[in-house]
Amino acid sequence: MISDPAGAIRRAALLALPVGFLGVFFAYPVASIVGLGLAHGVPDLGQFRGILWFTVWQAAVSTALTLALALPGAYVFARLDFPGKSLLRAIVTVPFVLPTVVVGAAFLALVGPDGLLGIRLDRSVPAILVAHVFFNYAVVVRVVGGLWSHLDPRQEEAAQLLGASRVRAWIAVTLPALAPAIGAAALLVFLFTFTSFGIVQILGGPRFATVEVEIYRQTAQLLDLRAAAALSMLQFAVVSVLLLGQAWLGRRRESMLSLVAASSAVRRPRGKGWFVLAANLVVMLVLLVTPLAVLVVRSFADGLGAYRALGQNDVRSTLFVPARDAIGWSLAYGSAATVIALVVGGLAAAAMTRRAGRLTRAIDGLLMLPLGVSAVTVGFGFLVTLDTPPLDLRSSPLLVPLAQALVAVPFVVRTVLPVLRAVDARLREAAAVLGASPWRVWREVDLPIAWRALLVAAGFAFAISLGEFGATVFIARPDTPTVPVAIFRLLGRPGELNYGQAMALSTILMVLCAGSLLALERVRLGRSAEF
Amino acid sequence: MTLKHWAAAAAVLPLAALAACSTSASSTNSGSGTSKNVVLVTHESFAVSDSVLAAFRKQTGISVKVLRSGDAGAAVNQAILTKGKPQGDVFFGVDNTFLSRALKEKLFTAYDAKGAGTIPAQFVLDPQHRVTPIDYGDVCVNYDKKYFTEKKLDPPQTFADLAKPAYKNLLVTENAATSSPGLAFLLGSVANLGKDAAPAYWKQLQANGAEVVDGWEEAYNSRFSGASSGKGDKPLVVSYATSPVAEVAYSKKKLTEAPTGVATGTCFRQVEFAGLLSGARNSENGKKLIDFLISPPFQQDMPMQMFVSPVQPGTKVPEVFSTFSVKVGEPKTVSADDIAANRDQWIKAWTQAMVR
Repeated sequence: MISDPAGAIRRAALLALPVGFLGVFFAYPVASIVGLGLAHGVPDLGQFRGILWFTVWQAAVSTALTLALALPGAYVFARLDFPGKSLLRAIVTVPFVLPTVVVGAAFLALVGPDGLLGIRLDRSVPAILVAHVFFNYAVVVRVVGGLWSHLDPRQEEAAQLLGASRVRAWIAVTLPALAPAIGAAALLVFLFTFTSFGIVQILGGPRFATVEVEIYRQTAQLLDLRAAAALSMLQFAVVSVLLLGQAWLGRRRESMLSLVAASSAVRRPRGKGWFVLAANLVVMLVLLVTPLAVLVVRSFADGLGAYRALGQNDVRSTLFVPARDAIGWSLAYGSAATVIALVVGGLAAAAMTRRAGRLTRAIDGLLMLPLGVSAVTVGFGFLVTLDTPPLDLRSSPLLVPLAQALVAVPFVVRTVLPVLRAVDARLREAAAVLGASPWRVWREVDLPIAWRALLVAAGFAFAISLGEFGATVFIARPDTPTVPVAIFRLLGRPGELNYGQAMALSTILMVLCAGSLLALERVRLGRSAEF
Repeated sequence: MTLKHWAAAAAVLPLAALAACSTSASSTNSGSGTSKNVVLVTHESFAVSDSVLAAFRKQTGISVKVLRSGDAGAAVNQAILTKGKPQGDVFFGVDNTFLSRALKEKLFTAYDAKGAGTIPAQFVLDPQHRVTPIDYGDVCVNYDKKYFTEKKLDPPQTFADLAKPAYKNLLVTENAATSSPGLAFLLGSVANLGKDAAPAYWKQLQANGAEVVDGWEEAYNSRFSGASSGKGDKPLVVSYATSPVAEVAYSKKKLTEAPTGVATGTCFRQVEFAGLLSGARNSENGKKLIDFLISPPFQQDMPMQMFVSPVQPGTKVPEVFSTFSVKVGEPKTVSADDIAANRDQWIKAWTQAMVR
C-alpha cells in the first residue's frame, strides 16, 4: 500500500485517548512510584534470585499443566455439540473472574485440613499449580477454542482419507493451524501465573513467594520502596519479553487460515467422541465445578439464614452497609469500568484495524502491560501522582472504575480487534468510493459487524470488574465497598454468621458473573474472537 | 460532523467528565475555615455506627467522610507516601507497632484533644500529643475449649507452655512479616522472654510443630478448630482477646458460653491512635473529630463495631462485650523505640526460625 497520510492522522486521532488513558492512569503512576524507590539507589538484586526462580518455574509448570488439561476442553467446546454447552462454557469461565480470597477459601475447604477430598494439598506447590489451572482453564478454552471452532474440519478429514492416522492428521494439519493461538494462550496463562498473588499467599503459605507477593510485602508492609522498585523493574522486564513474544505470535496469526462458520464445524459426538466428552466433563467437574460447589453448599449450611442476614443491617452486621448496597456499588463500578474500557479499548481496536504497523503493535502490547504489573504498585502509584488538580482523583469515586478498566481494556481489544480485522476491506473501499465519509463508513460497515463483539467485550469487561479485588482494595474508598471487598471484610472477623455471609456473598458474585457471561453466550460472534 | 470533529469529541468528552467529577470531589475538601466536612483516613477494618456519625454531625454541623484502604500497615504506609498532601484530615489506625515510623516521618501535627486528660498514662505513648490513643486490644493465643476438655488437657497459659511437648503440633500463627497479629505475637514473645532469649524460643516453637500461615483470615477461619465457622485442625491460634465475644455475637444459636478461650499469658497489647494529618485542609474540623473519637458516643460504639476496648476508663460497654471478653490485666510490652530499632531484624530472625 502507498503511504496514507490521512489514515495516519485518523489513527493518531483514534489512539489519542487510549494512549492518554494509559499514560495518565498507568504509566505515570507506576513510573512515579518506581522512580521514588530508585531515587534511593538500586538494591542488591541477588537476594531476590530465589524468589524470581520460583516465580518463573511455577508459572512455566502451571502453564504446561493448564494447556495439557484445557486443550482437550477447547476441542470439546469447539467441535462437539451437546446440551447445556453454553451454560457449561459460562461456568468454566466463572473461576477466571472470581477474586482469589474466595477461591483460596474454596480450595482450603476441598484440599485443606479436613478437606472434602480427604487429601492434604495446601501449603504445597501442587496446591498452587492446581489452583492456577482452575483460574486459567477458561483462558485456553476461549483463546484456542475460539480459533479451533472456525478451522475447517475437512482438512483434517482429507488427511485421514489419504491414510494418516487420527493423531498424525491432527499433528500435521490442525496443530500447526492452532499453534499461534496456543502460543497466545500460553503467554496469557504464563502472564497471569507469573504475577500470581493471592493464590500463592493463601495456598502456598509463607514459605513461597512470587515477585508479586514480595512487592506487596516490601511496599505495603515494610515500605521499602527501593526493594519494591527493583522488584517491579524485574517483573516489568520479564513481562515485556513476554509481550514482545506475544506481538510476534500475533503477527504470525494473521496468516491465512481456511476458516468456516463455527456452526458448520460442530457435530454431535459419536463413538469415541462420547468418551472424549465424558473424560473432559469429569475434568471440569472435579477441577472447576467442585470448588465452586463447595462455596455454594457452605453458603446454605444454615438454610437461607446467611442470605437473610445479608439483607439486614442491624448492629450484628459486620458490613457497614447492607449487602445489597455492596452489590449495587459493584454493579455501578462495573458499569462505569465497562464504559471506560469499551471507549478506550474500542478506539484502540479501531485504530489498529488496518495495517498493523510496528507502532500499533507496540501499543497493543502496551495495553496489555497493566495485566503484568502489581496492583499494589498501581494503587500506591495513584496515591503519589493523582494528587494535584485537575487530576486530584485520590478520593474520587471514579478511581476504582478507572483501575478496573485498566485490567479490562486488554480483553476488550482482544475481543473486538480480530472481528474488525476480519471485515473485508473491499466493503469499506466500496463505501468510500460511493462517497461515504470515513465516519459513515465506520458506522455503516464496521459497526454493524462489530457491535456483537462490542457486546461480548462489554460482558467480559463487566465480569472482570465485578471480581476485581487487588487494585480496588489499595484505593482509598468512601463507604462504597464492592462485593469482593465486602467478602474480604466478612472473612476478616470471627463468628459463624460472618463466614456464612461471606460464602453467600461469594455465591451471589458467582451468579452475577455467570449471568453476565451466559448473556454473552447468547450473542454469537461471526468470527473467532480471541476472548 | 467530520471525522476530526468526531475524534476530538470522543477524546474530550470523557476527560471533561473526569474533570467535572474531580472538581466536585475536591470541592468538598476545600475552603479550610468554613468547610462543613472532615475526611477520616483509615484502614479496611475501621467501623462505626451510622447513628454515631449522625450524632457528630448534629452536634458540630460537620459531616465525616471515611476513606478506607488496605490493612493497618498498608494504610499507614499510604499516609506516609502522601505526606504533605494528605488524602484527608485525620488518620485513625496507627498502632504502637507502627507508631515510631509514623512519628519519624512527621505525619501528624500535635493536638492535645479535649478529654484526653482522663486517658490512662499507659496508653499515652507520645508525650507531645501528635497522636491520641483511641482504643486498645490484646493479641493472644485462643484455644478450642472442646478440644482441651475432650483430651482432658489443661489449655496452655504462657509462651513457655506453647513450646512444651504436651502442645506439640497444636498451634497455628500468622506470618510476622505480613500480618499484624503475627507481628504482635512475635513482640509478645520478646516482651515476655526478653530480646536475647526470644530467637531461641522461636526455634523451640518451630520444633514443637507451630505452623505459620500468611494471614489471620486463613489461620482463624480455615485452620483453627475452635471457630464455629471453621473445620480446622489446630486447637490453638493467635487471635484477639475479644475473638470469643465475636464468636458469641455472631453465632447462629444463642450461646451462653464462648466456644473459645484465651491464654492470658500470651498477650501483646496493641494501642490504636488517631492524629491530625500535617497539611490537613480542614484541621479545625479534624480537631473536633479527634475530640469526638475519645468522647462517650464513639467510645461506647467501638467495642461491638471493631471488637476493641475503649481507652477512656468507665466507658459503658455492651453487656455481651463485658461478659465474654477476657480480662488480660496489663501485659508486658515493648517500647515503640525498641520496636522501631529492631523490628526488621526480629522479623528476619523469626522468619528464619519459624518459616522453614
